[in-house]
Amino acid sequence: MTDIAIDRLGDLANGHPGLLRRGRYLDTSFLLEVGATPWLVRIHHGRVEAVSRGPFLMPCWDFALRASEEEWSMFWRDVPPPGHHDLMAMIKRRVLRLDGNVQPFMGNLFYFKALLALLRPGGRLDGVAPLPLADQATEAAP
Amino acid sequence: MNARFDPIVGRYLRLDIEGKPCRVYVEEAGEGVPLLCLHTAGADTRQYRGLMNDPRILENFRVIAFDLPWHGKSSPPAGWEREEYRLSSAAYVANVLAICDALGLDKPVVIGCSIGGRIVLKLAIEHPTRFRALIGLQAGAHVDPYYDLGWLDRPDVHGGETCAAIVSGLVAPTSPDEHRWETLWHYMQGGPGVFKGDLHFYKVDGDIRGDIERIDTSACPLYLLSGEYDYSCTPEETLDVARRVPGAQVEIMPGLGHFPMSEDPERFIGHLLPILERIRASAG
Repeated sequence: MTDIAIDRLGDLANGHPGLLRRGRYLDTSFLLEVGATPWLVRIHHGRVEAVSRGPFLMPCWDFALRASEEEWSMFWRDVPPPGHHDLMAMIKRRVLRLDGNVQPFMGNLFYFKALLALLRPGGRLDGVAPLPLADQATEAAP
Repeated sequence: MNARFDPIVGRYLRLDIEGKPCRVYVEEAGEGVPLLCLHTAGADTRQYRGLMNDPRILENFRVIAFDLPWHGKSSPPAGWEREEYRLSSAAYVANVLAICDALGLDKPVVIGCSIGGRIVLKLAIEHPTRFRALIGLQAGAHVDPYYDLGWLDRPDVHGGETCAAIVSGLVAPTSPDEHRWETLWHYMQGGPGVFKGDLHFYKVDGDIRGDIERIDTSACPLYLLSGEYDYSCTPEETLDVARRVPGAQVEIMPGLGHFPMSEDPERFIGHLLPILERIRASAG
């Protein structure tokens, strides 16, 4: 099992005002498969409301992101090597599978690139997505 | 007071391309050997701002860049609202040759990136004697689609955001934030369906895998430069072209991605200068 603490995703995301602003119109649930372990992530107005670990009975989700533990471990390195550094790069290499109703993912692609990059050791998002600074990220969610 | 102009002059050129009247934005800087620059899919001439501001280049080269019709400040042809934009190989070649003719360029060097890199290979196949040298950045003979291109142009997602987010990982993680976000800003500004229409050429119409061996580098030298972080046109794909074209000069650039001239101009120009020097020396 990868030692990445996926259950911390809520704390990391909800403590990031820029990410919350970017996701303020986003409501979705998605399945994150890390090897054999499925996780369900529920998002409301950009806030991560719940992160739960499977196995699940009758899980409901819009889209799924599935890759091996090894691939996610590479992606979650502080400085991932070429081809492991970006979700679209992993899709291109056919090691990350995306399926389901992918509209929330494609319509909020910067949000999801940033959300998953939060799990890197530094959690640095500067090069990952344009995110307003905390004192500008004050617009209320709808 | 530290206001200053860039040494770049931009103007609008009226010309017919494939029988259609076009208004094309052209900018240039420097003097000497003409160096015509071709931008990537869904972007515009601003990608070459680094070259056009570098005195080491401008003292010997007349650097020229134009926005393809539909891109940047070039207008779409009249009646655009009744067609779906789709770039073809033939149209792209026609654009480049029409600009060369209209500006009276005598054996220019052409440098192109991504779709521009692909068309550079096409020019090497079809029109080698018209050019002094050809430089392909992120140039490959073919790219398989790896996502549904429909997402680039749908009313239920923001086109600018989605286009930029799709390509953002093509910028090397090590590239400076200033230039990364300028590069992605250009993608955010593209017209609806334009990036997608360019990729029709890149991924469907412009497959030249069967023709690449026809390139004769004795008729026109070919240089290939590719950034290591590019997963669209991978270094392996550029190296494959180099293997199949005797005499092609190839270099894989560490720490650069799919937009080398725009994402980290200084690092890229370090790779480009020796090539420009060789071209100039051989031109006498």
